[in-house]
Amino acid sequence: MSTEERLLSGWGRTAATRARVRTPAGAADVAALLRHPGERGVLARGLGRSYGDAAQNAGGLVLDMTAMSRIKAIDRATPSVTAEAGVSLKDLANALLPFGLFLPVTPGTQHVTLGGAIAADVHGKNHHVDGSLCAHVTSLVLQSPAGERLTLDRATTPDEFFATAGGMGLTGIVLEATLTPIRIETAYIAEQVARAPDLDATMEGLASTDASHRYSVAWIDCLARGNRLGRSVLMQGDHAPVEMLSGPARAKPLELPQRLPLAAPPWLPSGLVRRETVAVFNEVYFRRAPVRAERLTPLDRFFYPLDSVAGWNRVYGRRGLVQYQLALPLGSEHAMREVLERLAASPAPATLAVLKRFGPQEGLLSFPLPGWTLAMDLPADAPQLSELLDGLDELTAEAGGRVYLAKDSRLRPELLEAMYPELPRWREVRARLDPAGAMRSDLARRLGLQK
Amino acid sequence: MRDALGSVQSLLVLGGTSEIGVATARTLVNGRARRVVLACRDPRAAGPAVEDLRRAGAGQVDTLRFDALERENHERFVDDAFARFGEIDLVLLAFGVLTGDPVDVIETNFVAAVAVLEPLARRMVRQGHGTIVVLSSVAGERVRRANYVYGASKAGLDGFAQGLADSLAGTGVRVMVVRPGFVRTKMTASMKAPPLSATPEQVAHAIARGLSHGSETVWVPAAMRPLMWVVRHLPRAVFRRLPF
Repeated sequence: MSTEERLLSGWGRTAATRARVRTPAGAADVAALLRHPGERGVLARGLGRSYGDAAQNAGGLVLDMTAMSRIKAIDRATPSVTAEAGVSLKDLANALLPFGLFLPVTPGTQHVTLGGAIAADVHGKNHHVDGSLCAHVTSLVLQSPAGERLTLDRATTPDEFFATAGGMGLTGIVLEATLTPIRIETAYIAEQVARAPDLDATMEGLASTDASHRYSVAWIDCLARGNRLGRSVLMQGDHAPVEMLSGPARAKPLELPQRLPLAAPPWLPSGLVRRETVAVFNEVYFRRAPVRAERLTPLDRFFYPLDSVAGWNRVYGRRGLVQYQLALPLGSEHAMREVLERLAASPAPATLAVLKRFGPQEGLLSFPLPGWTLAMDLPADAPQLSELLDGLDELTAEAGGRVYLAKDSRLRPELLEAMYPELPRWREVRARLDPAGAMRSDLARRLGLQK
Repeated sequence: MRDALGSVQSLLVLGGTSEIGVATARTLVNGRARRVVLACRDPRAAGPAVEDLRRAGAGQVDTLRFDALERENHERFVDDAFARFGEIDLVLLAFGVLTGDPVDVIETNFVAAVAVLEPLARRMVRQGHGTIVVLSSVAGERVRRANYVYGASKAGLDGFAQGLADSLAGTGVRVMVVRPGFVRTKMTASMKAPPLSATPEQVAHAIARGLSHGSETVWVPAAMRPLMWVVRHLPRAVFRRLPF
């Protein structure tokens, strides 16, 4: 194991801090490293796709888990898959595909590790029907900082399991997990695309198709105002059965078509993403979308449109970007309208905004709650960004909603308890698993998660 | 911790009763800062500033005794501050004198600053993050005869701070150099305020803006930057004849 002192930041490239990085090769290494965490504590890190400071530990020890990436077993009959925490969802999905299996839940990028996905309890476009990733984890192995190797599941150790699922990596280090994949016939999604002219049509479009589609999402134009407020392109889909394919795809239904790799150049100036440029992009994107259409889309293009451009975060320039995602409970649709009105009126350009439906949720610190979620990217140097987002935080907390910790980089700690009512219980369980407080992160320090 | 938009949660002010120091702390408390330590020669004199910051919304305001000229104590002072505070996101170096015995001015403004910044920077490197804000002056940009001792002390401090910033690249610790022009404070009360003079509040806001922009150098007011560029490049023979 080599030790390396490195500056680490999240995918948003803001607020970098320095840590000692070690790369354990297996469970024994992890246990050994946890024995002497040092005064600034220890944290596991995967592929660094959390936008904010969730996978940073300033002045402390950070375990780069990506070397622990073995897929240990795939059982086609159950079905079930067991893999080490450092495996990427991309490698996992690619290994499952030939068996006619797919991830039960996938976030918007496949460059995340299994361990990281459990720590953030990631959700996908199917949360309204399938819940988040941890709903499909049958068991996981946790190296506790107190020195035990624990096997956790929802039946026998519910407290520890639900504190770890969505626990932002602060209960210990996930070594491996077993989850239940879903069966698929093809590597394609039967996708339906439709334009929605305003917010009412968007929300109605999502709500009315909940039951009929597994995947459902609206790309929303956050800059549109007036009677176009909340206009969107609705994208809904289901795994395509083999009968829908034709030609070469039909012959090899479980193979993904090749995509050309693209990459953002390493040095791009700040200021490319401005209200004017985003407005033009949104207009083109909205008008290019068909009024209504059905198409077959390869899995990766449907779930991970941005993964095709390596390092797309560099487009936001030196100052980086802030990703903001809020969830609002059912019945607070008026608050969602207010959010969109404020975004449309703000000089800060919200790009790549996505509106989705959420179903029920189990993890103590998990983000989803039954209702709606809106996610967007914003350049960190946008004018009046701090005021805008502080205002949205307050609006969200008042409506009984919350912001996503895996993406947060600037929430005021005072609002945390209102947003996460199970926080006291999580703190209790966490303190039991880690009495010495060895697990630390910049996120935890900033928000006072551990108290 | 510093957040994505450059706001800090905890700060230590060296020169904790200075008007610029208190104004800056108040501005940062209006943002995200919740914990402030005011370090000054006589902590009892910091009472009004402590009250002021509590009223502004700081959850925890402490005072620590710090005498710039007691160099032998600086290392212990730094250890103590971190031990009591845990996390220090930002240090503002705001102490200094304008007049007095020339060697004392240099000792306070330059030597003492170096003596405390060295252990502070080491401590912040261990912490893995931090921002050091050093109050320099336009007087250090080109030393003029009217206050050459003060100017020389600030020139030394400014050069030291820039070098420190470069030496800390890649450590997660940053240094921001602030160069105000004439600031209307009790230190300058007896002097006639020239054009482009600023208030402590203006300096404080410029510092907050510099932090959110990730600036390395901040001029107050911003117009000082081009002006001092011209002044800096004036030939000696011309500069010497200027009426200040």
